Amino acid sequence: MKKLTFNGLIGGILIGVLLVTALLSLVWTPFDPMKLSFTARLAAPGAEHLLGTDEFGRDVLSRLMVGARAAIWIGALTVAFATVCGTIIGLISGYARGWIDGVIMAINNALMAFPGILLALGLLAVFGANQYGIIFALGIAYTPSMARVVRGAVLSLREREFIEASKVMGNSELFTMLRHILPNCLAPITVLATSMFGWAILSESALSFLGLGVPPPAPTWGNMLAAGRPFFEQAVWLGLFPGLCIALTLLGINLLGDALRDKLDPRMRGLK
Amino acid sequence: MIRFILNRVLMALPTIALVAITVFALIRFIPGDPAELMLGDMAQPAQIEALRTELGLDQSLPQQFLIWLGNVLHGDFGRSIVNGEAVLPLVLERFVVSAEVVVVAVFLASLIAVPAGVIAAWRQNSVTDLALVGTATVLLSIPTFWLGLLLMLFFGLKLGWLPVLGYVSIRDNPTAGLLYLILPVMTLVIHEAGVLIRMARASTLEVLRLDYITHARAKGLSESAVLWRHAFKNAFGPTWTMIGLILGNLLGGIAVIETVFTIPGLGRLMVESIFARDYPVIQACLLVVALSYVLVNLVVDLLYPLFDPRVVAE
Repeated sequence: MKKLTFNGLIGGILIGVLLVTALLSLVWTPFDPMKLSFTARLAAPGAEHLLGTDEFGRDVLSRLMVGARAAIWIGALTVAFATVCGTIIGLISGYARGWIDGVIMAINNALMAFPGILLALGLLAVFGANQYGIIFALGIAYTPSMARVVRGAVLSLREREFIEASKVMGNSELFTMLRHILPNCLAPITVLATSMFGWAILSESALSFLGLGVPPPAPTWGNMLAAGRPFFEQAVWLGLFPGLCIALTLLGINLLGDALRDKLDPRMRGLK
Repeated sequence: MIRFILNRVLMALPTIALVAITVFALIRFIPGDPAELMLGDMAQPAQIEALRTELGLDQSLPQQFLIWLGNVLHGDFGRSIVNGEAVLPLVLERFVVSAEVVVVAVFLASLIAVPAGVIAAWRQNSVTDLALVGTATVLLSIPTFWLGLLLMLFFGLKLGWLPVLGYVSIRDNPTAGLLYLILPVMTLVIHEAGVLIRMARASTLEVLRLDYITHARAKGLSESAVLWRHAFKNAFGPTWTMIGLILGNLLGGIAVIETVFTIPGLGRLMVESIFARDYPVIQACLLVVALSYVLVNLVVDLLYPLFDPRVVAE
């Protein structure tokens, strides 16, 4: 096992801080993130409000902490949805082959012919613009790439001797698939799921920024940026901190993803 | 050569058909009567009845699809629910605005990022390489809409050098139009350069390991000849494909940048149409962007032999 790289370490720390903050926000935030205070409108960062207050006098740090929770929650559910659906579809497609594979891959390719965010926008028009609409829309938009990766891995695995052996031993197709094929697909699945988590958080913040995501007053990083926009000139912290949260989170995920890919690479090369 | 071109074009046809089916199906998934959806809340019962017949809603789904496809092929995407305008001219007009920004940005980003990536690979693990890769990773982690807001805050509000709100088309007034283009293009260039530097570096690294590079060096060729004449030629292929993908992805994801800089482009139109539940416009936007994505990738594929003639032989 290769030792953890410097980049992986930085990425891990960034994501660790994010997770701890999000968990902490469940039990404690410096202020009530929803509490309005007209005496403390647009207060600059200082001793009382560490990251300042917004146009309604709400504490920015508290709202960012709750926003972290929203980002992780939506990102995780999206990735879970895409990973579960994509893996099942990919396993079936790669293992069954023949016309089933043909039909599934045709639908898959049709969905992949759309840029991801465009497909998500189209699906949002169907599901309605809200938290669960976003999860479904992004989840469906990401499923085809997961299905494709899993199918590719299955296709190369199924010709290997140990799969043959499992069948000769009289194991059922389902057992072989779950016990022998799936565990060997985990490396590419993990790598892709990590990048997907980043895409999901970025897309969620972008959609919230457009007003198509979680509606205010519930705080998300994206809708905080959109709401604070008219006040940036007087209150630069409203434009700075939410964006910084998104950027640091994405940086953490990218660094972690790179490290993960380097580490899992030998196995992935073996799968090709 | 002709066989290669025909082959690629024929391969794109099923994709285009599938895209059309998906766009058609997507709108049909929305609960409710398609004719009522297409006409909005203000429609008269007689109008709805007429459109129902026109869309063939009493017939089977495949027949409905063929009717829709026939209309689309004649350029008839229906009328906007919001203002009753014909959809196609509206969408095409907005598309040109978006395409201008995206094409210029991708061109400039490639111009900067590809040489940077090749140099990073050439000096692998040196300070230059680490600095370039580090910068690239940071750049691609910054969401474009935030970067846009920051650039606007700095160059527009703080320094007052560039206009902040509104939009002037470069075709109406070249000088003013150019000023309005600078910030959105700069935002996209900074972000996409991050993606492309890493891509160009990775594909160059792969090539630099090959024997013919060692051979070229052993012949006594200068490093710049080895790098640009031998390595770059073979390394550019994957990056070229990536440039195509970025171009298509940007067309789909341009909505945030257009919102930040109040550019009346296709992305903005689509978001507004989602708010207004203007389904005919949404449908047309989806189709136009998805088709241009397919076409861009087709053109990228067709030009690929210019960089790597081997693909034709396969």
